[in-house]
Amino acid sequence: MTRKQRRLTIIGGSLAVLAVAAALVLNAMRDSIVFFSTPAMVAEKHIQAGKRFRLGGLVQPGSLERGDNLVVTFQVADASATLPVFYQGILPDLFREGQGVVAEGALDTAGVFKADTVLAKHDENYMPKDVADALKKQGYWKDEYGTKPTDAAKAGGTPGASRAAQGAPQTGQGALR
Amino acid sequence: MIAEAGHYALVLGLGLALIQSTVPLLGARWRDVALMNVARSTAIAQLIFVAASFAALVTLHVSSDFSVVNVFENSHSMKPLIYKITGVWGNHEGSMLLWVSILALFGGLVAIFGNNLPLSLRAHVLAVQAWVASAFYLFILITSNPFLRIANPPIEGRDLNPVLQDIGLAVHPPMLYLGYVGFSISFSFAIAALIEGRIDAAWARWVRPWTLMAWIFLTLGIAMGSYWAYYELGWGGWWFWDPVENASLMPWLAGTALLHSLVVMEKRNALKVWTILLSILTFSLSLLGTFLVRSGVLTSVHAFATDPTRGVFILLILCVFIGGSLSLYAWRASALKQGGLFAPISREGALVLNNLFLTSACATVFVGTLYPLALEVITGDKISVGAPFFNLTFGPLFLPLMIAVPFGPLLAWKRGDLLGAAQRLTGAGVAALVAVAVLWAWTRGGSAFAPLAIGLAVFVIAGALSDLAERIGLFRVPLGTAVWRARGMPRSSWGTVFAHAGLGVALIGIVCETTWNSEYIGSMKISDVASIAGYELRLDDVKQRQGPNYREMIAQFSARLDGRLLDTMTPSKRTFTTRGATTTEAALLTHGASQLYISLGDTAGDGAIAVRIYHKPFVLLIWFGPVLMAFGGMLSLSDRRLRVGAPKPAKSLRGLQAAE
Repeated sequence: MTRKQRRLTIIGGSLAVLAVAAALVLNAMRDSIVFFSTPAMVAEKHIQAGKRFRLGGLVQPGSLERGDNLVVTFQVADASATLPVFYQGILPDLFREGQGVVAEGALDTAGVFKADTVLAKHDENYMPKDVADALKKQGYWKDEYGTKPTDAAKAGGTPGASRAAQGAPQTGQGALR
Repeated sequence: MIAEAGHYALVLGLGLALIQSTVPLLGARWRDVALMNVARSTAIAQLIFVAASFAALVTLHVSSDFSVVNVFENSHSMKPLIYKITGVWGNHEGSMLLWVSILALFGGLVAIFGNNLPLSLRAHVLAVQAWVASAFYLFILITSNPFLRIANPPIEGRDLNPVLQDIGLAVHPPMLYLGYVGFSISFSFAIAALIEGRIDAAWARWVRPWTLMAWIFLTLGIAMGSYWAYYELGWGGWWFWDPVENASLMPWLAGTALLHSLVVMEKRNALKVWTILLSILTFSLSLLGTFLVRSGVLTSVHAFATDPTRGVFILLILCVFIGGSLSLYAWRASALKQGGLFAPISREGALVLNNLFLTSACATVFVGTLYPLALEVITGDKISVGAPFFNLTFGPLFLPLMIAVPFGPLLAWKRGDLLGAAQRLTGAGVAALVAVAVLWAWTRGGSAFAPLAIGLAVFVIAGALSDLAERIGLFRVPLGTAVWRARGMPRSSWGTVFAHAGLGVALIGIVCETTWNSEYIGSMKISDVASIAGYELRLDDVKQRQGPNYREMIAQFSARLDGRLLDTMTPSKRTFTTRGATTTEAALLTHGASQLYISLGDTAGDGAIAVRIYHKPFVLLIWFGPVLMAFGGMLSLSDRRLRVGAPKPAKSLRGLQAAE
């Protein structure tokens, strides 16, 4: 086999594998990407029942109700809308009324959001990043959310010093320096 | 005083790095031996000064000197000593200092053990190493100085994030960094080769042990991190496809590919240009990982835009090094001579295939990790790319690779015999089919995927063993001869067997855990019994306890299997007073390679505790596999032919003697 043939074989093989990889990525992009919405966006967009998405907002104070078998229901609110959420399971350590939350699941036909996961991913200010950004955009953000270092960052899936380590509270640092 | 000394030592380190990054290059250009030798002494001096700086920060943390911002924010006088030490790298500034310390350590090791390197190559390598070091010293000194003081020192510190107050922090970040930063050596060697325009099999022989060392640490670091997440985060997951994890997985995939292509280069003097590119890409991915984790871009693109100093600085380092090295590559790679020929079906061909699949798999992880960030920057849409994406892309690319793994070592160099290799793998194939059939019969009605995947894993393990049997002639020659041959077999071949088998072992663990994992979630009162997978767990007692810097609620369970008491398990919930944070400490009970896992939730008004209990069959294999891989790597590293200072081509030896 000549050098040229060898090179053609290798290039051909590489292109084939890369094409497969690209096809896999595009296919997965279509099916498995989960979008993030707030209650107001849900009301606007009329997301159909059964379509998975992530819901983010604040847990409406006073709306948390616990039932039998670890069933919990609560309302998630943003500036203009609220959405009832149903969840069965253990809420993460960082779940609090009046604080931010991100839940993943889908709407049922009655318009209730059936969550199968409630995420404990927070930044150092006890506020999920997506929620904070969305609320800021709506002008619903109050600075006090950011100044409550009530609970430290729980590093979601981070098994390292990495992200959780960024959780050093930034508040009041300027004054100290 | 100590803080100032540490700061000063770091500045001196920067000065030395600047000298080291220029003078040896001039020396190499002018063929001046004295100037080239500057690299060696500065690299060692740099190591000493950075180590002093790091020691200074450790001292500050241990003595709880709260007049230093870094200590105040991350320490507490009541914290146990071990966490005072590990807390040094449990924060941004400290972990960057650890990063450069390890970089200096590797530079120093090359300087100390690189006596048999051609003088100009060593000068170039150390100079490139110093470029990287200078950039990161500047980063620390300008944006993340760990030695800043507070004007009015507070009495007590803010304590370390409770999640990090765990022994995992002592081991995981240093291991990971040894891996990440270790790849800087192969990067420096690649750049040096490009600058010199000369690269040969001896080059690969010098680079391989360093790459192997970095790879071993990265493998252990990732496995360790995964186990830490598993027991510390309290929901029993061991891999989340989180961007931070992907940031460490990408260099691992590229580094694994690099290890294999280095073999081709060392043995057959082929694939030079590709190997150089891979060395550059591997370290680039390490830098990218550092950027993703350290710039805060993951926490919030928003925060990144409002307080951009750190992020932009690392982004700049990233662009300069990746852009610069790739431009140099584009400019000089054609100067490197092409190596030996080989047929597509050959050991070389198999290793090329390995590289193709590994880099493609790495590319899909890259897309999945960066696409959400790019989309948010460009359109503002927020999406999350989670496990389903990676299962659909990474999985299908990794499975054919696993099928190919046993074939590689059985093919001959230059021109292999696929049919012959397949014949020699008949035993492994039969073992795999038997495994599939048995599991299929045992899990009737279950999904077909799990038995097939375990069959594949059995094929990989049995394939590695067939390779071993083939090499020592087991069953063909008398047993005594086979044993004698096994003792004489090169350690690197043993390494291959172990590393490949480790891959199969990890796959078995992954498949068993994801398929037959059972869980019980419910609220329990004292003397309630929960049964799961044949085990019975009784909640015996709930107690309160005071720890050094936290209060703790401990639940005591007794675990029984078939009525026989196995052990008691004590999961707990800790409340840290300083930060008002709670952490969940899971209790683990190991039974064979399987584990029972209990973590606690909220306590209801009537005293019932929400409890999460998992039974995870063969879960320990997930981490035992990587440990086996790393062990294989260590065996290979201890191979006499690879040992630092081992034989080298006579030509370069003469060159070195002439130079001295």
